[in-house]
Amino acid sequence: MALVTYFRTHPYSLNLALALCLGMVMFVGLFLGYAPVGIVDATQGLLGIGEEQYVFIIQDIRVPRIVLGALVGGCLGTAGAALQGLLRNPLADPGVIGISSSAGLGAVIAIYFGLSSVYAFSVPALAILFAIGSMFILVWLAGRDASILTLILAGVAISSLAVSLTSLAMNLAPNPYSLSDIVMWLLGSLSNRSYADLALSGPFMAAGLLLLFGSARNLPALTLGEDTAASLGVNLGRLRLQVIFGSALSVGASVAICGTVSFIGLIAPHLVRPLTQHDPGRLLLPSGLLGALILVVADIAVRVAPGAIELKLGVVTALLGAPFFLWLIIYTRRSMR
Amino acid sequence: MIETRNLTVSLGDHCAVRDLSMKLGSGELVGLIGPNGAGKTTLMRALLRLIPCENGEIFLNDKEITGDPAHFHAGKIAYLPQGQDIAWPLTGRRLVALGRVPHQSSWSKLSAEDDAAIDAAMELAQATEFADRPVRQLSGGERARILLARALAVGADTLLVDEPTAALDPYYQLTAMEALKSAAKQGTSVCVILHDLNLAMRYCDRLYLLSQGRLVADGKPQDVLSDANLKSVYHVDVARDAQSGLIVSHHLIG
Repeated sequence: MALVTYFRTHPYSLNLALALCLGMVMFVGLFLGYAPVGIVDATQGLLGIGEEQYVFIIQDIRVPRIVLGALVGGCLGTAGAALQGLLRNPLADPGVIGISSSAGLGAVIAIYFGLSSVYAFSVPALAILFAIGSMFILVWLAGRDASILTLILAGVAISSLAVSLTSLAMNLAPNPYSLSDIVMWLLGSLSNRSYADLALSGPFMAAGLLLLFGSARNLPALTLGEDTAASLGVNLGRLRLQVIFGSALSVGASVAICGTVSFIGLIAPHLVRPLTQHDPGRLLLPSGLLGALILVVADIAVRVAPGAIELKLGVVTALLGAPFFLWLIIYTRRSMR
Repeated sequence: MIETRNLTVSLGDHCAVRDLSMKLGSGELVGLIGPNGAGKTTLMRALLRLIPCENGEIFLNDKEITGDPAHFHAGKIAYLPQGQDIAWPLTGRRLVALGRVPHQSSWSKLSAEDDAAIDAAMELAQATEFADRPVRQLSGGERARILLARALAVGADTLLVDEPTAALDPYYQLTAMEALKSAAKQGTSVCVILHDLNLAMRYCDRLYLLSQGRLVADGKPQDVLSDANLKSVYHVDVARDAQSGLIVSHHLIG
């Protein structure tokens, strides 16, 4: 409890603690996987001075995977926190309001029409485009001062549309191989990701994160509603676009990398919110760090889990996240009464 | 100092404020009264440019601001809406600190001046005791006090307050009005929407009486709250205390 109080009153301590944990978990992730690599070999491999095979395993397989995992988790956590602040709603999440499935649809279209094999760039580009499009539809559907219910329902509608169009693409898949490609990609995984993926999506993630963190100052004023926020000098139109574009860019790029990984944006902000005194601006960075931490840990779990078939990352986070979402609905309903 | 000239505001097809001219001088506490649906809140939201004006002009400190976006002039006009919803359980002091947002540069922390303004506002609204309590745990009246402190903390030249006394017990109704009065004494133009006509009579320097979007009467409280005006606008007969002129009871006409 003393630690909780300390985190509440010292914002930097929470970020520092989370960053340290993230660093540790990322380091541990280097020597966990199919091929066991000892801590000494892993460290030497990281520095590029050990045996060639270890240098290859660490630098070309594990480092990009772990770094991408941290980035994707960071994007999902930060976008979740920012969307919750913007919509004044603890149930908002890139998955729940339909960004992830729309981005997934964009990526599937790129794969389905074979664009991905011609221009690798088309997967993140279409994922991001579809993510942005879905957010415009959401804002239009839900209106300006949307209630929690309208918003969630609009998100569900967008999500279902995206999922059904994705199913249509699978239905019409020309052969079982492309079908299995789409399915495997949709389940969400970080395996076999390389520096090329990082170079492809990294800039979009960075741009999205910049936009999101830029909204931190104005989000707290929204606590008192849009009228008061405007009277406090918040440009609501700009803030809305900033958070929506930021989320669409960062989450769209994340989905392009590793398929739909859900619920991180819901869980991470919820866990750190009490430690930031419920301040929607202060929440962003710790949510991003915790999102990264959760995703890296989940990916390690996927890699070390016994069994011939690797569990998909998206399956694991959904299995953990869905019960959590259910609990969160019950908890929110109780506290709103 | 805020002024409107021939202001007309429509909400959809409904004309909520018609051809209304009013002026608030600095240091004045002015009451905005009228029955439900008279256009009081709409007028306030129009002054803040939260809704567009169909006709007429708004001046802030003698400068026209009619077409300016709502987020312009932050820190010059403070607004306390009615029945405000608080999305997150911030602590009392953090909530009041939101009033300082217009004065903070990007990413900056609260300055000594901000801290002083927050403390003074909390004291004035008698909300100091809620500094460390999550606002969601406070009662309706306690929240109203902390929200009033938030509006005072802005330190604006013009303060627009929509029914600050609605949720308050008799004691805190008086302290809230005293807080607005002392803000006015420090040179702020305060405009307050009130339903309690006796509070309006006792505390306001001037009153504007609205009915169906039109200005029916303005001037000294005793003159505006005449038996005839109350009868025609509110459709009630009143009985008064002979000495003070305060309304003792009101009843339906006839």
